[in-house]
Amino acid sequence: MPPRGPMRAPAKPKNAKGTFKRLLDMMKEHRGQLLLVVLCIIVTTGVSSFGTYLLKDVYTIIGDLAAEYSLTGVMPALTGLTNLLITMAAMYLASVACSYVQNRTMMMVSTRALNSVRKKMFHHMEDLPIRYFDQRTHGEIMSRYTNDTDTLREFFSSTFPQAVNSMLAILFALFFMLRLSGWLTLLVIILMPLMTVITKNIGARSGKNFVAQQKAVGALNGFIEETMEGQRVVQVFCHEEKAMEEFGKRNEAVRVAGTRAHTFASLLGPIMNNLSHCNYVLVTLVGVIMIIAGKNNPDSIFALQIATLLAFLPMIRQFSQPISNLAQQFNTVMQALAGAERVFELLDEPVEEDQGYVTLVNAKKDEKGNIVESESRTGLWAWKHPHHDGTTTYTELKGDVVLEDVTFGYVPEKTVLHNISLYAKPGQKIAFVGSTGAGKTTITNLLNRFYDIQGGKIRYDGINIQKIKKDDLRRSLAMVLQDTHLFTGTVRDNIRYGKLDATDEEIERAAKIANADFFIRHLPQGYDTMLTGDGANLSQGQRQLLAIARAAVADPPVLILDEATSSIDTRTEALIEKGMDSLMKGRTVFVIAHRLSTVRNSQAIMVLENGRIIERGDHDSLIAQEGKYYQLYTGMFELS
Amino acid sequence: MQFFRLLKYAGKYKKYLILCPLVMIGEVIMEMLLPTITASLIDKVIPESAASGNITKVLLYGGLMLLMSVLSMGFGMAGSRLSALGGMGYSRNLREAIFTRVQRFSFKNIDKFSTASLITRLTTDVNQTQNLVMMLVRMAVRSPLMMVMALIMAFRMNASLMPILAVAAPILLTAIIIIMSKAFPRFQIMMKKYDALNASVQENLIAIRVVKAFVRATHEKEKFEASADDVTATQRAAEKIVIWNGPIMQILMNSCIIALLWLGGGQIIGGTMQLGALSSFIQYVMQILMSLMMFSFLFVSFVMARASISRICEVLDEEPDIVNPEKPETDVKDGSITFDHVGFSYSGDKNNLVLSDVSFTIRSGETIGIIGGTGSAKTTLVSLIPRLYDVTCGKILVGGKDVRSYDMHALRNQVAMVLQKNVLFSGSIKDNLRWGDENATDEEITAACKASAADDFVRSFPGGYDMDLGQGGVNVSGGQKQRLCIARALLKKPRIIIFDDATSAVDTATDARIREALRSHMPETTKIIIAQRITSVMDADRIIVLNDGQVTDMGTHDELMQRSEIYREVYTSQQKGVA
Repeated sequence: MPPRGPMRAPAKPKNAKGTFKRLLDMMKEHRGQLLLVVLCIIVTTGVSSFGTYLLKDVYTIIGDLAAEYSLTGVMPALTGLTNLLITMAAMYLASVACSYVQNRTMMMVSTRALNSVRKKMFHHMEDLPIRYFDQRTHGEIMSRYTNDTDTLREFFSSTFPQAVNSMLAILFALFFMLRLSGWLTLLVIILMPLMTVITKNIGARSGKNFVAQQKAVGALNGFIEETMEGQRVVQVFCHEEKAMEEFGKRNEAVRVAGTRAHTFASLLGPIMNNLSHCNYVLVTLVGVIMIIAGKNNPDSIFALQIATLLAFLPMIRQFSQPISNLAQQFNTVMQALAGAERVFELLDEPVEEDQGYVTLVNAKKDEKGNIVESESRTGLWAWKHPHHDGTTTYTELKGDVVLEDVTFGYVPEKTVLHNISLYAKPGQKIAFVGSTGAGKTTITNLLNRFYDIQGGKIRYDGINIQKIKKDDLRRSLAMVLQDTHLFTGTVRDNIRYGKLDATDEEIERAAKIANADFFIRHLPQGYDTMLTGDGANLSQGQRQLLAIARAAVADPPVLILDEATSSIDTRTEALIEKGMDSLMKGRTVFVIAHRLSTVRNSQAIMVLENGRIIERGDHDSLIAQEGKYYQLYTGMFELS
Repeated sequence: MQFFRLLKYAGKYKKYLILCPLVMIGEVIMEMLLPTITASLIDKVIPESAASGNITKVLLYGGLMLLMSVLSMGFGMAGSRLSALGGMGYSRNLREAIFTRVQRFSFKNIDKFSTASLITRLTTDVNQTQNLVMMLVRMAVRSPLMMVMALIMAFRMNASLMPILAVAAPILLTAIIIIMSKAFPRFQIMMKKYDALNASVQENLIAIRVVKAFVRATHEKEKFEASADDVTATQRAAEKIVIWNGPIMQILMNSCIIALLWLGGGQIIGGTMQLGALSSFIQYVMQILMSLMMFSFLFVSFVMARASISRICEVLDEEPDIVNPEKPETDVKDGSITFDHVGFSYSGDKNNLVLSDVSFTIRSGETIGIIGGTGSAKTTLVSLIPRLYDVTCGKILVGGKDVRSYDMHALRNQVAMVLQKNVLFSGSIKDNLRWGDENATDEEITAACKASAADDFVRSFPGGYDMDLGQGGVNVSGGQKQRLCIARALLKKPRIIIFDDATSAVDTATDARIREALRSHMPETTKIIIAQRITSVMDADRIIVLNDGQVTDMGTHDELMQRSEIYREVYTSQQKGVA
């Protein structure tokens, strides 16, 4: 059974009412099924209380029949009892059927709702701008898929029907208790405030202690993570004893805090349980006195039948149980609402905007040499540019990139790039050099519009990139990023990511260009080797080779290499370069690298410092300038 | 059973785990006596008192019952406290046992478990078993005892009605077992698919730039939809079975009530039973069925925790494959190193060697460079020197003795290694540097930092040597981190120091300065430098050229330029274009 209620740290939704309304809204399409569920719950709880109430009649009939038999000595007819019991059996049967229908319907609704929440979240997430991901940790976003949807699942599949059940059960029990005996009911109700106060008190304390425990656990887990990550260093430095000492301290802190938290959390059960026993005893006591009083004075307002008391006693449990349940269910509902709120927060994030209307189409040249759109893949691409006057022009995709006076900052107050201007003609290789934070990677973020510039213009084949549809713009650029990321799947699948309809030959050709073919063939299943967990079974260098192959298979007019060969040795790098040069003939390449040997043969090298281009030129002219680049090259200056 | 094996880790908290079920017995006894007393109160005391008009006996009974309730509450609360004490103590010790075991692991052992999986075992898995233990001590005795007591009490009250139970209980038990055993494998499948689903979300988060750059959002959405639908389908398949639980329980309980009312009613009419007894009897039967239900839940959580338990046992059972010899040598005489026909394979398979037939000798105090392409086993080669791995064949001598004859700590204290994937820890810079030497004075720390060209930038930090590095050392840049790691290793004042591509993010001038400092400050220490950059090893006494796990050549820069083609190629690939 999953821990619930006070077992978890308390969570408070910021806007419980609004979130609840939205959650209901989400369930609107299941209105009919939910109504059915509530109806079923009414039947089951009603039957359960009514059945207990009928015990009074059963006991009365039995008592009367017994008295008749002992007086007359003749076995009386049992039809009355039989009929009553058959009625009860029929009722119970109906209730069982309802209970199954309720479970089944709720199961279908909850799984469906959860499924749609997950899909909505994922769809929305995929459309969010890069900025969203840059501003949050992966753990933070992940927990919306795991913790928050889990609380939602619990809410849909158990808490919601149980809470409805509890509320109805209390009402029904109260109603039938009153019908049995007003005085005894009064006695039960008097004890109720006491029970609620205790529940609330312990709940609050256990909540507070759970927060303390959570903190201690956080400190311990942080230490565990750090030590496990650095386990090799721990061993190289013979630091095991020290690590164990620190671990011991934090571990003990968790034990102390955890013991307190768990004590309070599990106190509630026995206390509520036994309070209801006390209640039971008191009612029995008072009931018996009333019965005795009634025997001596049948007209007294306190008079009570034995049968009534016997029916009343089980009713106490049916009344007090849901009350104590409700207290815990309230906590779970709050948690679910807090979870739902975080889910909605994700769904409310504005998606990546795209006002682009220039699209990328297959093209061919007609007899006159004009570019026209083509249905089939021709290898020739063109920008389709619709104009205000209704005409459409086509521009051939070449990969001509111009930055004019570009200014940009991730936050408005802090400009990262100042007045960057550069021209990259098809066939050119443009390199960026500079220390960490100089703005090299930022430029690539702007080219494919992960972020939008604040000043200046970027033109692609003469078209302002703001006018180009983002998807089409990105399709025309291939990027190999600093951190290579691979997906679960085969090596082949991972390379094919660059071009989903690539043939096996195309894939192998790309791998050869990237110099990856050799090591792939040495993997256990060659191209069909499964990669798992972000390609953890490959070395950093091998992963970079695959990422390059992935870009090579996409075969775009513009290629951006962001520290793409940093973990590859210089000999292999030289081989890749050769392969890439043949591939990229007539294409535009942007290179960012730490290692100067990587950028040396570029047509233009831009030295960036604090978001400004401070030197530009080819390798020889920059060396001749004897400026920053010269210093870097001769090792007089360090890049960090 | 693995679970019982783990229980021995409770250690000094064992007493709570034993005491808790005992206290629960007290609670159960009190709880079980209540209906019997109620029955005799109603059936015997009422007629008596009604006849005599004296209610002292009623009050006496009532007082007794109240006392029992209060006692029962006391026992219950004590049980809560004890289970918390025992459960948390148990998990504390278990975590400690796992952590201690991991500390004794060799690199090979660590390679076997991924970092993430070790973290899961230490956190989630331990929690799972802790919850199980806490539930077990409270329920394992309580529910069967409750059942037995209720059975006895019911039997004593009216044996002739027992057959009803004899029919109902087995039916309930069978139904529950069938449901659980059918549902459980389906839930396991569901959990696996659910994990895969989350893994794919995580993958998308990490690689979001790739997804966007290649415009693959639609492709990813389709993939996600398919696996989300798959999760839902398997979840339904599992829950479809479980939802029978409630109705079956209800139908059995209700049938029992009707049957008892019918048969018991007949007996009352016949005068062989009384009303109060029947009412209490019904309560006992309900208790029995409820405890059966509880017991089966217990069984289910037991099965659910099984995966966690076996994952924990995997770690505890993993024998550290590198251990100290019987009579270890503790004195490393000098920094000489000899590789004698060394072969190595990560899997231990002699036919698939990563390093093969490596032989060379390094004199104490020499500076040795190692050059080789991606995957040429440079890191593997040097890892064998401080015995991070054991050789598969051949042997390695340090200071004239086999590395396997040394005490591990003694060896590793004399062989310092600056790893390629290096890590700093949260805490101040000073704390981190003291890893090298706990008792290092401030002067020694500064001297080490000066040698590794770190002193200048450390002083420029707010707080200087006392600045906090943050988890994993996030507050310093790559080049700075590498230099701090070098200082940390220098503080060990080792006989041998190994740099595994340890200055890749440091500029060439600083790199040269560090090497010069090493030469002048530690002339006695053997220095081994692995580098991508040829300038880092050019001025070494000798350079080893490694290719595909074999030493193809060893000599000075000039010698190698003359006779090693590989070395020349590396050299030219880095020098091309120099004006």
